[in-house]
Amino acid sequence: MASVSIRALNKKYDNGFHAVKDVSLEIRDKEFLVLVGPSGCGKTTTLRMVAGLEEITSGEIRIGDEVVNDLPPMDRDIAMVFQNYALYPHKTVFDNMAFGLQMRRYAKADILKRVREAAEILGIEPLLERKPRQLSGGQRQRVAVGRAIVRHPEVFLFDEPLSNLDAKLRVQMRVELKRLHERLETTAIYVTHDQVEAMTLGTRVVVMKDGYVQ
Amino acid sequence: MLIERKWKKWVYFYLPMALFILFTLFPFYWMAVTAFRPDPELYATWRQPNAAPLWTLHPTLEHVKGLLQTTAFPTWLWNTMLIAIVSTIISLICGMFAGYALARLRFRGSEFLGTAIFITYLVPQTLLFIPLADIIRDLQLGNTPWALMLTYPTILIPFCTWLLMGYFKTIPRELEECARIDGATRFGAMVRIIFPVAIPGILSAGIFAFTLSWNEFIYALVFMASADQKTVPVGVVSELIRGDIFFWGQLMAGALLGSVPVALVYSFFVEYYVTGLTGSVKG
Repeated sequence: MASVSIRALNKKYDNGFHAVKDVSLEIRDKEFLVLVGPSGCGKTTTLRMVAGLEEITSGEIRIGDEVVNDLPPMDRDIAMVFQNYALYPHKTVFDNMAFGLQMRRYAKADILKRVREAAEILGIEPLLERKPRQLSGGQRQRVAVGRAIVRHPEVFLFDEPLSNLDAKLRVQMRVELKRLHERLETTAIYVTHDQVEAMTLGTRVVVMKDGYVQ
Repeated sequence: MLIERKWKKWVYFYLPMALFILFTLFPFYWMAVTAFRPDPELYATWRQPNAAPLWTLHPTLEHVKGLLQTTAFPTWLWNTMLIAIVSTIISLICGMFAGYALARLRFRGSEFLGTAIFITYLVPQTLLFIPLADIIRDLQLGNTPWALMLTYPTILIPFCTWLLMGYFKTIPRELEECARIDGATRFGAMVRIIFPVAIPGILSAGIFAFTLSWNEFIYALVFMASADQKTVPVGVVSELIRGDIFFWGQLMAGALLGSVPVALVYSFFVEYYVTGLTGSVKG
């Protein structure tokens, strides 16, 4: 488990757009921090910089005690759930969830055990042999979450994971995510533009606007 | 109302469709009929009594036999196959990496490079064969299959690169980002995630490259001199037209047999091919 600390983080794109301006945040261990704000306010960019998918213009990001500014995503011990789920369409649900473990050369038995465990928590055991296109939106969402939790990462990153679901399912998944966080006690950063979602999920809510933290 | 619609469908859909099919398939039919028509019938004038130019009542295999026995057709077929397969593989591998780089990596001059590759595709072969012939001669590759295996990719790589670049761009970036967070390097994510997802695109590029090199004429005509090194399109034309005598039956038999492998390849992959060209990946 780990804390995340962000200091004076800036992001300027090549075209001159200044997306994130001097953002400083301390995310404590086991905290569920929600970044909320209108679209284009820099919240997703901030998250992507924590993930290592976006280069940092200036500032510092620490996960635990380590400065991760120049670490590639694979070495940061994080997991991310994307808005469009980003499930690998050619792999079965099981292989989708096992991929991260396989890349890290876990033993076969261990992979099996962890995937089973995650599938059980999320109630997707019967779906393990299916391909993503045979799943409903809610099921895909669960698989995406499952793929994140099998690795027991230090930090979860969520990029508007519920915005592609219908209203009813969204409420249900919100409750489940909340319960999941209580059970796993992993530090999480959650990006959304939905204020209700922010209020119900977060142990702390941070509002961003025009690249600044409000 | 319903009846009128049915009537309209016939006029606006089935009839034009039938005409279109007739128009596109007639040359193939003509080729097949000519290949199986005995010589006396072939050279009879249409004004003769009992003339039946559109069909034959005495099908014969003499042209096919003649083709296989008097010419090096089996060798041509083998040459063509080998050259087409090797140059397709070379072009696909280069095209996959180049297409990926142009679609995903941000580096200085990437757009210029993309355009430059496209422009090389636009240079007509009828001009390009002159400098290429010089190179082939310097490398002493003339009259060997390598002459074609190495020159076909000059047309095929730009083509494959562009087709695959377009396809890679339709694959959501997140797939790759997720793979990188999952622990793959950029190269690993490309090979394990992007390439398998792009299989329809890769297959259609492959089919296209295969067909282009199968049908290629100019390079094969210029770089291959001896009869046993020729490819089907060149061999059939150069050996079966002697002076002003056209061996129509054997020519058509050669065309027919020569188009069979391509037709087979198409029919195997046609579904992939269509999805490849329309390019759709759903998350």
